[in-house]
Amino acid sequence: MTTQRRFVERDRNWHPPAYAPGYKTSIPRSPSQALVSLQNPSVSELTGPDFRKLRMGAHDNDLLMNFRDAEQPGLPVGERIILFGRVVDQFGKPVPHTLVEMWQANAGGRYRHKKDAYLAPLDPNFGGVGRCLTDEDGWYRFRTIKPGPYPWPNGINSWRPAHIHVSVMGPSISTRLITQMYFEGDPLIPICPIVQTLNDPEAVQTMIGRLDMARSRPMDALAWRFDLVVRGELQTWFENQ
Amino acid sequence: MEQPNFKPTAELMLRETASQTAGPYVHIGLALDVAGLPERDDEIWNRMASDSADGERITVVGRVIDGNGDLVRDALLEAWQADGNGDYQPVYDSQANFNSFGRTATTAEGNSEWTLHTIKPGAISRADGKIMAPHINLAVFARGVNIQLQTRLYFEDESEANAQCPVLNAVESPMRRQTLIACRESDESGGTRYRLDIVLQGEGETVFFDY
Repeated sequence: MTTQRRFVERDRNWHPPAYAPGYKTSIPRSPSQALVSLQNPSVSELTGPDFRKLRMGAHDNDLLMNFRDAEQPGLPVGERIILFGRVVDQFGKPVPHTLVEMWQANAGGRYRHKKDAYLAPLDPNFGGVGRCLTDEDGWYRFRTIKPGPYPWPNGINSWRPAHIHVSVMGPSISTRLITQMYFEGDPLIPICPIVQTLNDPEAVQTMIGRLDMARSRPMDALAWRFDLVVRGELQTWFENQ
Repeated sequence: MEQPNFKPTAELMLRETASQTAGPYVHIGLALDVAGLPERDDEIWNRMASDSADGERITVVGRVIDGNGDLVRDALLEAWQADGNGDYQPVYDSQANFNSFGRTATTAEGNSEWTLHTIKPGAISRADGKIMAPHINLAVFARGVNIQLQTRLYFEDESEANAQCPVLNAVESPMRRQTLIACRESDESGGTRYRLDIVLQGEGETVFFDY
């Protein structure tokens, strides 16, 4: 039997609007018609995948190790970091056993993607993708290197701040969220056209990872904490909805 | 009289983490095969039903098209659907005959179609007793899409059920309902294939939902 929940309405003024002309690609890719609001969401919207049986590899959450093989036995170049945090809902309730996925550029700002032609080199020891499940209390953890900033063809001189793409499922497809984590203190954050798709500076703060010296490992890795908040569950709904 | 300690619940609630575009390289994170990266043991991908799954085996294909009529070649889609009896199978298990969840992507090369190998879902009863026609929930992520776009795919050969579906009927314009209905065709080996293009903007713009 599927568990069904109701969720707090998503505040679409808090999220970036579909049409944000400063981010040029959104111009032809934003719907011009209003979204149709489902007044009576059904089991089709209120349920979602449960990934507790997804088999993780030994290094799926360790990007320092997971692209290594016999021919490439080295370590990635760059600042070693621990990225960790807690997935909670809007009422502060931890979200256990949910899938957190991430991907990123290497220390030079280049992605391992055939369409990325930026002149920074690929790192033979770095793939740039990870995943894990949150634990009982909603915690997730990755080990990786800090990605570099990179230029992109939006304005004449547009640069992305260093960022890690973070994807979280939550308990339902209604809570599904993909965001980007930025690094506290980066001067490129306020001038990034993608960050600027948000209207509210407080909303930008929800995407900033914080340096956590208490969790950093001496002579090894700095730790960055990034907590994720997904939509809050209102109540248990009827099973046969 | 004003109560000094009163705050509306909305202010006490945490705010959701804000969404950002999945960007042009979403494939290296969530569609490793399409990105040409080595796959892990248990990847979430587009084969939602095995050969021994109960129900009618189908393939679902389509393109994603932008407001200029150009192909969106860097999209990721997520599917969520019931099994042939109209029941969701939420525990994702690569060993199972059927999973309700799947992922697919458009590609940089060729005709850039996304594909799902699945079974035809059954109709679903809602709590109010109304019957929803067989459908697949789809979410579209892509560069330039700031928060995922949520839509539904219905089936052309279910016209009677479609006419009664409370969600299709929530779309005011009958013409716009047609943007959700996939056409039935035969694939190369005589199997059943359904085709639906997702149009992000402009003429024939797909209906997107908020829920």
